[in-house]
Amino acid sequence: MTMSRDEIFEKVQEVLVDALGVDDDEVTADATLMGDLGAESIDFLDIVFRLEKAFGMKVPREELFPVEGLLNSTDLVSNGRLTDKGLAELRARVPHTDLTEFEKNPDINKLADLFTVNAIVNYVASRLNAA
Amino acid sequence: MRWIWIDKFVEFESGRRAVSVKNVSMAEEHVHDNFPGFPMMPECLMIEAMAQTGGILVGEARDFQEKVVLAKISKAVFFDYVVPGDTLRLEACMQSIASEAATTSGRITRADQLIAEIDLMFSHVDQNLAGKKFPEDNFVFTGLFTSLLRDVALNHACPESQKTESGQ
Repeated sequence: MTMSRDEIFEKVQEVLVDALGVDDDEVTADATLMGDLGAESIDFLDIVFRLEKAFGMKVPREELFPVEGLLNSTDLVSNGRLTDKGLAELRARVPHTDLTEFEKNPDINKLADLFTVNAIVNYVASRLNAA
Repeated sequence: MRWIWIDKFVEFESGRRAVSVKNVSMAEEHVHDNFPGFPMMPECLMIEAMAQTGGILVGEARDFQEKVVLAKISKAVFFDYVVPGDTLRLEACMQSIASEAATTSGRITRADQLIAEIDLMFSHVDQNLAGKKFPEDNFVFTGLFTSLLRDVALNHACPESQKTESGQ
């Protein structure tokens, strides 16, 4: 499937408008899913389901949201914050993301702010280009 | 699902779609106050009826091994009032299902009239614990709900020649 980045963005925008009940002008490239668009944990699955339908491909949840799997382990999360082990795991999973600010207060509620609309567009583009 | 809010299933295609029936009665006390002089079924209870229809469709797809809970109301649009004496037909179609969750789209009709469109998302709660603990026994799917499937089970067992026009 050949799609331009703008076409991918438009479809991703539509997915997020439907999944999160936001207006399309709120879904900017830099908007964070949780902070700006109000996504909660269950919404991430909803987004995965809708992306699969929109782009006709299987989207492994851990590929799109690689940090989300951290949240289900008591080893890695304690009292709503990542443990040292959790932080080490996070660094390994998102090697290209600057975590300096996050590490000062590794509150799991801030974890999803590492993910933006652009990150989803990048992911879809890389999958489509690889196909 | 200990609080049963639908009356029975009339169609059930495992993992694909389910159709249930809900008869609305003046004997249901909440309609006496909702509203005095104009009894009608609250919209939130139509969502509950669809959640039970879709929830059992989702639960059956995993052989009732998962604890299925309503996680999100993606869409709920209502087109008309529902009053005592009405028979509602609730159709839920599976949209997606994965190890952690499932989504359904649903339509409620009365005769052939569209009453509501309700899309839901369900969580397989044991797969989304985030460190929390739930009881091991499946508190969602208790024995009572299986009576709702009595007619669809009968349909499977009933030879074609003995079925009536209504499929009973």
